[in-house]
Amino acid sequence: MSRFVALAARGRSALPNIFDLIAFALIFGAFVAIVHGSRGMTLPLHAPQATAISLDYSNLPYYALRTTLRMFAAMIASLVFTFIYATWAAKSRRAEKFLIPMLDVLQSVPILGFLSFTVTFFLGLFPGSTLGAECAAIFAIFTSQAWNMAFSFYQSLHTVPKELDEVADSFLLSPWQKFWQLETPYAMPGLIWNMMVSMSGGWFFVVASEAISVGNTTVSLPGVGSYLAMAIDQKRIDAVIAAIVMMLVVIIAYDQLLFRPLVAFGSRFRFELSASQEEERSWVILLFRRTKWLRAVTGVPARLFQDVALWRLDLPIRANLSPAANEWKERVLDLVAVMIGGTIGIYALWLLSHFVVKSLTFGDIEQALGLTFLTLLRVLALILLASLVWVPVGILVGLNPRLAERVQPLTQFLAAFPANVLFPIAVVLIVRWALNPDIWLSFLIIFGTQWYILFNVIGGASTFPNDLREAAATFHVRGWDWWTKVMLPAVFPYYVTGALTASGGSWNAAIVAEYVKWGKDTVTAHGIGSYIAKATEAGDYPRIVLGVAMMSIFVILLNRTFWRPLARFAERRLQLT
Amino acid sequence: MLDTRTKPILEVKNVSQSYRTGSGEAGAQVLDNVSLRLTEGEIVGLLGRSGSGKSSLLRIISGLAKPTEGEVLFREEAVTGPYDSISMVFQSAALFPWLSVLANVELGLRAKKVPEAEARPRALKAIDVIGLDGFESAFPKELSGGMRQRVGFARALVVDPTILLMDEPFSALDVLTAETLRTDLLDLWVEGRIPIKSILMVTHNIEEAVLMCNRILVLSSNPGRIAEEIHVTLPYPRNRLAPEFRQLVDRIYALMTRRQAPAAPGREGTFPGLGLGMALPEVSTNTMAGLMETLAAPPYNGHADLPPLADSLQMAIDDLFPVGETLQLLRFAEFAEGDIKLTPAGMRFAEMDVDARKKLFGDHLLAYVPLAARIRNVLDERPTHWARAARFLEELEDYLSEDYAERTLKSIITWGRYGEIFAYDETSETFSLENPA
Repeated sequence: MSRFVALAARGRSALPNIFDLIAFALIFGAFVAIVHGSRGMTLPLHAPQATAISLDYSNLPYYALRTTLRMFAAMIASLVFTFIYATWAAKSRRAEKFLIPMLDVLQSVPILGFLSFTVTFFLGLFPGSTLGAECAAIFAIFTSQAWNMAFSFYQSLHTVPKELDEVADSFLLSPWQKFWQLETPYAMPGLIWNMMVSMSGGWFFVVASEAISVGNTTVSLPGVGSYLAMAIDQKRIDAVIAAIVMMLVVIIAYDQLLFRPLVAFGSRFRFELSASQEEERSWVILLFRRTKWLRAVTGVPARLFQDVALWRLDLPIRANLSPAANEWKERVLDLVAVMIGGTIGIYALWLLSHFVVKSLTFGDIEQALGLTFLTLLRVLALILLASLVWVPVGILVGLNPRLAERVQPLTQFLAAFPANVLFPIAVVLIVRWALNPDIWLSFLIIFGTQWYILFNVIGGASTFPNDLREAAATFHVRGWDWWTKVMLPAVFPYYVTGALTASGGSWNAAIVAEYVKWGKDTVTAHGIGSYIAKATEAGDYPRIVLGVAMMSIFVILLNRTFWRPLARFAERRLQLT
Repeated sequence: MLDTRTKPILEVKNVSQSYRTGSGEAGAQVLDNVSLRLTEGEIVGLLGRSGSGKSSLLRIISGLAKPTEGEVLFREEAVTGPYDSISMVFQSAALFPWLSVLANVELGLRAKKVPEAEARPRALKAIDVIGLDGFESAFPKELSGGMRQRVGFARALVVDPTILLMDEPFSALDVLTAETLRTDLLDLWVEGRIPIKSILMVTHNIEEAVLMCNRILVLSSNPGRIAEEIHVTLPYPRNRLAPEFRQLVDRIYALMTRRQAPAAPGREGTFPGLGLGMALPEVSTNTMAGLMETLAAPPYNGHADLPPLADSLQMAIDDLFPVGETLQLLRFAEFAEGDIKLTPAGMRFAEMDVDARKKLFGDHLLAYVPLAARIRNVLDERPTHWARAARFLEELEDYLSEDYAERTLKSIITWGRYGEIFAYDETSETFSLENPA
């Protein structure tokens, strides 16, 4: 792409134009912000401004900046992780056997539950500096972003078209060249899409992980999340609203300046033979295309990258064993790998059970089991409720292309908005009207995740072939039949994808949503989420482990026995085309 | 047969290749003891039906795949992996969609660390030669199929290969585009404007082979063997309507439909052979019925010569042969020596109404396709009249690769449903005798 850009830029006059100016302003603004924001990251802990959060509105932009930087740091870490982990899994048959199931489990672990562990770990790593807490927060966001990106990349690497692979081999591309010329570009649309979904999910975690107290240690990093925590502590509803507004601004900026340009950029790499009818548009990309100087400037790193991508980096020629000897060697290595993996697994299991059994009784396990069941009920009931509302709405919106075009960006925006910023408002209402928290707090679980259902159903309905719609109309299929025999089966595959994402997010949200505070008032719902949250506050590590483990087991079971069979069914029976 | 005065550039010596079955063992052979030589200045065509292993052979020659037995020598050196002196043109062009035409063509050179100052003019020249001037900055998705394949040619030519390998490069294109591309390539070759020493092309199009090649190697199927070698001495440019040209095409049709010697009683029954391990092609019952109707009606009246039939139906041999062979397997037609002839059963079928057709088809299916009889037997014997598809798939995988086993099962399900010899439920993946009311 950079080559194309560089060629086109050469021909025109070299004077900068107005678009260069706007673009420069944007970029330099970003530079200044990064420098300004990152200076605060390495402050020693005892410096007063390091941890003191002020509710003064004028501090909010700075806090938002810090929050955003954390987000990007985590995104970079996730990208590096994705390239290494997914590539390793895709290239080594042996590593694949361990790495992929591990990723699958990691994906099901409610990250927020482990915040207490990572905070203590990172604080110990950088004693006396905010860097430890900073790393812990970044790590928490990282764990919410990395897994699905790695999965997407891994899957793309496995589905590189065979002929392109043969082209690369027959032109003697080295593995390094193949990675950058073929595999990464091919994986790009999926990776970018997952990056964006991850980022959207990440706002929730960044808010939740900035202010955390584990036992007696309280860490609050400058950021919107800490600002919000402070506002809650001091019962300042005006500050809560200010935080909500700030978050709105940040998400809009993120959506316009990053999400849309990147998705538009990613469409270039889509593997298709004909130009698709709809182009993703982004004013930022249009602006960039109209600049002259800026494109020339970006040509430099682009060229550099291109050169790096063309390095051969040939490995020393591997020992050329005869096929028979090779097979024998492979088997031995397989055995060794299984043994090592097995030993580590057994040791970890022993360690875990030791840790839990030593300080917990059977009663604790029973209690955790019961509470997890309650949360499970809550999650399923709310997914059902959200589906009842959003599926019909999504179908009606999706069938109207002009409406869908307007609503779709809004749902993406709503999915990115961290719902936990809104929690205090809910608490105030619950306290005011003395509502039953077991029922009313439940809605918070689905608050941020329901949009995935709406989003996917709109997407499904808007791709519904016009022929089928007309066929249904010709045969006078109306009312109940129209819903059950035409539209619901048609959007079902999309619905499953959305509901699966919503379900995964809801478990995590439960940790924050079942135990909410307003000053000294605490509103608690019965469930494993509040169990983990309370244990975290008390610094009760065995119970945190028990709660998180129990929740993970339920999530994995729910995925394996419910969502995946449903997704398989949808794929086999209901996929159009 | 071989010109002994010139040394071969490429030699394939006793190459064999086998599929892996579902259980991972070496299964049916794809290629059986294939040897060939390629000398300077010739275009050689590998002509065969699907299942003749012609694409596998091309990949072995290019170093992309390794043979189970035998070896490939390039200028007397053994080939162990992809090498510099060959380049390949793919059926689907296989361009990188994120690279411009120029970048696609340059890629092979840049990968070899040819400096940009040298690579750029070479790429531009190749683009010019192949007739793509003006499209350098276009992206593949902006181009038509024919233009894309031209980029494929430019990309293959720019690295100055000694041998150009082509894997059915014209088969994905429409008739007119394919013809222009063929003649353009032949012109370049005849006028010596491309520095290639020899071309080896895979095709299933008989006319294309006769139009382009100096030598045609006809491969037999299952496993692939070189059945015949035909020298084409007609001068370029060749005229499709010339009697010599037509004669040669007829002769090759006859060669390719020649009744094969009965297969050795091995595990992989040669199709049409006997036994459960018979790989069945995916042929729709509609196509079969359509072909029988066409053959029964005038002007054919039950008997047709294949080349004109293929022409009038606009079917390549890869489409036509499986249909003919399936009809032969079901004893609805005889298919030999470049001819197809309906049997009395086939003639009757063409005149029947739908229900009678289904009945006759079902009877023939049970009588002549062992897998159909096997499924029906199992269902009859069981008191529940019910059986899982997986058990038959496993049985098939003892003989066939996973892909072929699945395709065979899919075919038998379609044919069995049409003949109403059993029912199949997709959700539970089971066979049964129940007919949905």
